[in-house]
Amino acid sequence: MRLIIRQDYDQVSEYMASYIRDRIIEFNPTTNRPFVLGLPTGSSPVGVYKNLVKYHQNGQLSFKNVVTFNMDEYVGLPRDHPESYHSFMWHHLFKHIDILPQNVHILDGNADDLEEECRKYEEKIKSFGGVELFLGGIGPDGHIAFNEPANSRFFDGDISKVPRMALTVGVGTVMDSREVAIIITGAHKALALAKCIEEGVNHMWTVSAIQLHPKALIVCDEDATLELHVKTVKYFKSIDHVLHNLVGSENVGLQGRSLLIFI
Amino acid sequence: MSNTERKVVRVLVTYFTVMRGKILEWDIIEVLKSMGIILQRADMELAHTRERDRYTKHALTNTIKTARVNQVVSKLQRDKDHNCSCLVKIVNARLIRNHKIIDDDVLYLYNGKIIDPQTYFFTFGDLPDVVIDAKGLLVAPGFIDVQINGAFGVDFSQMQSEEKMRKGIDNVAKGLLKYGCTSFVPTIISSGIEVYQKVLPFLKPRKGNKTNGAEILGVHVEGPFIEPSKCGAHEESHLRSASGGFSDFVKVYGLNEGKDQKDQIVKIVTVAPEVEGVSDSLEDLVRAHITVSLGHSSATVAQAELAVEKGARFITHLFNAMQQFHHRDPGIIGLLGTKRVPRPYYGIICDGIHVHQNSIKMAYDSHPEGAVLVTDAMAAMGLPPGDYTLGDIPVRKIGDERVEVIDNGRLAGSVITIDACVRNFREFTGCSIIEAVEAATLHPAELLGIQNIKGTLNIGADADLVFLDDDLRVMRQCISNNNTKY
Repeated sequence: MRLIIRQDYDQVSEYMASYIRDRIIEFNPTTNRPFVLGLPTGSSPVGVYKNLVKYHQNGQLSFKNVVTFNMDEYVGLPRDHPESYHSFMWHHLFKHIDILPQNVHILDGNADDLEEECRKYEEKIKSFGGVELFLGGIGPDGHIAFNEPANSRFFDGDISKVPRMALTVGVGTVMDSREVAIIITGAHKALALAKCIEEGVNHMWTVSAIQLHPKALIVCDEDATLELHVKTVKYFKSIDHVLHNLVGSENVGLQGRSLLIFI
Repeated sequence: MSNTERKVVRVLVTYFTVMRGKILEWDIIEVLKSMGIILQRADMELAHTRERDRYTKHALTNTIKTARVNQVVSKLQRDKDHNCSCLVKIVNARLIRNHKIIDDDVLYLYNGKIIDPQTYFFTFGDLPDVVIDAKGLLVAPGFIDVQINGAFGVDFSQMQSEEKMRKGIDNVAKGLLKYGCTSFVPTIISSGIEVYQKVLPFLKPRKGNKTNGAEILGVHVEGPFIEPSKCGAHEESHLRSASGGFSDFVKVYGLNEGKDQKDQIVKIVTVAPEVEGVSDSLEDLVRAHITVSLGHSSATVAQAELAVEKGARFITHLFNAMQQFHHRDPGIIGLLGTKRVPRPYYGIICDGIHVHQNSIKMAYDSHPEGAVLVTDAMAAMGLPPGDYTLGDIPVRKIGDERVEVIDNGRLAGSVITIDACVRNFREFTGCSIIEAVEAATLHPAELLGIQNIKGTLNIGADADLVFLDDDLRVMRQCISNNNTKY
C-alpha cells in the first residue's frame, strides 16, 4: 500500500485526478477494451471530478472509452431528486464530459427487486472484466461506500445486510478491483486514517481492508495525518522523496514501481 | 370543499407543477412512477380522515390517474410520429436562469423545448446529436418585444395586398432574430375598423422557427379608445369612445367571444381609462384573456388605480403620451408608487430620446420588477434615414435614432432594436446584467402570463435562446432548436 501526503484538499484532488488521468491514458482504452472506473460520491471526490472535467475541457482526456460504476445509491429516492447519487454524478461529472450514457452505471434505488438489482450490478461489473481502478473516499468512521461499521460485512450484494436506506457495493467488490485509490482529507478523518493503516484489518473501520489489497493507494492531506505516528508519516514521506527526488519521477511508473534497469 | 379535499388538491397541484417539465421528455415510466408517489402522498393526507371522505379520495385518484396517463401516452405517440428532432447540447455557457448566472450547467434542447438533461441522459442513453460550445458567452432566453409597430419598411397598421402583407410580416419576423428577439407582439396604432378586420388575421399567433422567424404572440392594439389630447402620432380622426361598453371593443377589434375567448388574436390593448365607457369595459376585457394596458391617457392617479383594480396590468410606454408627473396628482406615472393596488408592469422605450435616462433610472429604482423593455419601433427600424409612414401618417427618419411626424415634429415611434434597449437600460440604470436581461425576457413573459414557456431557461420552456457577450451584444441565437449564427 502506498500513502501519498499532500498539503491540502486542493493538492490531494489534483494529485488524484492527474493520477487517474495518467492511468486512463496509459491504459489506452478502446471500445472493446474500456477502462473500468469505480466512482464515489460525497465531499471527498468533488475536487477530483472538478480536475477531471478540466482535463477533459483542455482536451487532455476523453471518457469515450471509459466505463464507470458508482458505489451506491439511496433506496426509494427518485432518480432525479437533487440528493440522489444520480444527480450528484450528473452535476459534478457526467454533464461536463463525453462519456457515453450506456457506459455509466449507478445502482437503481427504485428497482422493484433490490436484491436482483444488486446481483445484476455485480454481474455487470464482472461482464466488463472487473473494475480497473476504484476511487473511494471514507467517512470519519472509516466506512467505504455505504458500508457503515454497524452494518459492515463483506456482503457483496446480500440484501439482508445492506444498510436499510441504500444500495451499495460491498467491501468485497472494492477489494476485487485491480487497484483501489482512496482520498482522505481533513482532521476529522485523522483517526480513521490511523485506524486504517496503523492497526489490523477490522470491521469497525471497513477501509482497513485495503491493507490486504496488492495495489492500494491512499492520498491524504496533512490534516488527516494528525493521528498517525510521526514514524509512519516520515516513512511514507521518505518513500515519496526517494522515488521522486532521488530516483526521479521520470524513472518511476505510475504505480510507484521503478522503471530503471540496473546494469 | 372540505379541508381534506383542499389539502389533497394542493398536494396534487404541487406535484403536477413540478412534473410539467418532465412530461415533455416523454418519459412515461418516470411520470407513472411520480404518479405513484403523488397518489401515496394523497393517501397519506387522507389517512386520518373520516369515513365519508373516502369517496373524495377515490374520485380524485381515479380522475387524475386516467387523465394524466392518457395525456402522457398521447404526447408520447405524437412525438414518435414526429420523430424529426435532434438533441442539442449547449456547453460552456453562462446561463441566466432563476435570477442567477449559472456557469456550471448545460442545456439540452429537444423538439423545440428545453428538457431536463439529467433525466434524458439516464433514461434514453443517447448522446446529443449536436454539441454547441458557447465559449463562455451568456446564454439568455430570447428577447420578447411587446410593442413594435413595424420594421424593415413594414408597417403592421397599414393595409396592403394580402401577399405583400404576408411577405412583410415574414420579413420582420425573420429580421428580428438577429437582434435576439425571438418573440414579439406586433402593434397596431389607432386605425379604422376595416384595418383591424383586414390586418389582424395576418398577425395570428404563430410559432417561431427557422422558416417563420420570431414567434408572433398575438397583437397589441394601441388605441383607438384613447385620449385625443395624448394621441401622440396617432391619427386623431380614428379615436373613439366606448359608449357602447365592451361590445364596442368586440366590434372594433372583432374579438372572439364565448368559447373562443382563449384564442384571441388581440393579446394586449392600450386604453385611456378616462375615455367614456372604457373603465366599465376593463373587467370584460380581462375576462376575454386580454392584457389591459394604460396609455395615451391623461388619467388621474385615482382613475389609474381604479383601472388597475379592475385588472389593468401594464402601462404603455411610461412617461410618453400621459399626464406628466405632478406631485399632487402623479397620474398614471403615480402607479409606480401605489400601495393600494398591485403595481403594474410598465413598458419603457430605452432609446435615450423618448425618455431621459434619469427618468428611466427613477422608474427602475422605484419598481425594478415591473420594467418591460419595448422598442415601439416603426417601419423605418433597420432602414436608412428617409421618409416613411406610420399608419397613414407621413414621418421622417433623421439620423439613426429619431423619427418625427413631418407635419408637427412630434416623436413618431422609435427605430431602436430590442438588444440596444437592453444595453441602454443597463447603462442608464446601472442595473446588473441579469436585471437588464430579465426586463426584456422574464418580465414581458410574466406580463403575458407565459412565463412557463417564454422568458426563462427553465425545463419545459421553449428553446428560444440568445447568446450574449459581456457587453450584451448578440452573438448568436437559437429559435425552437434551430441555430442561427450571424
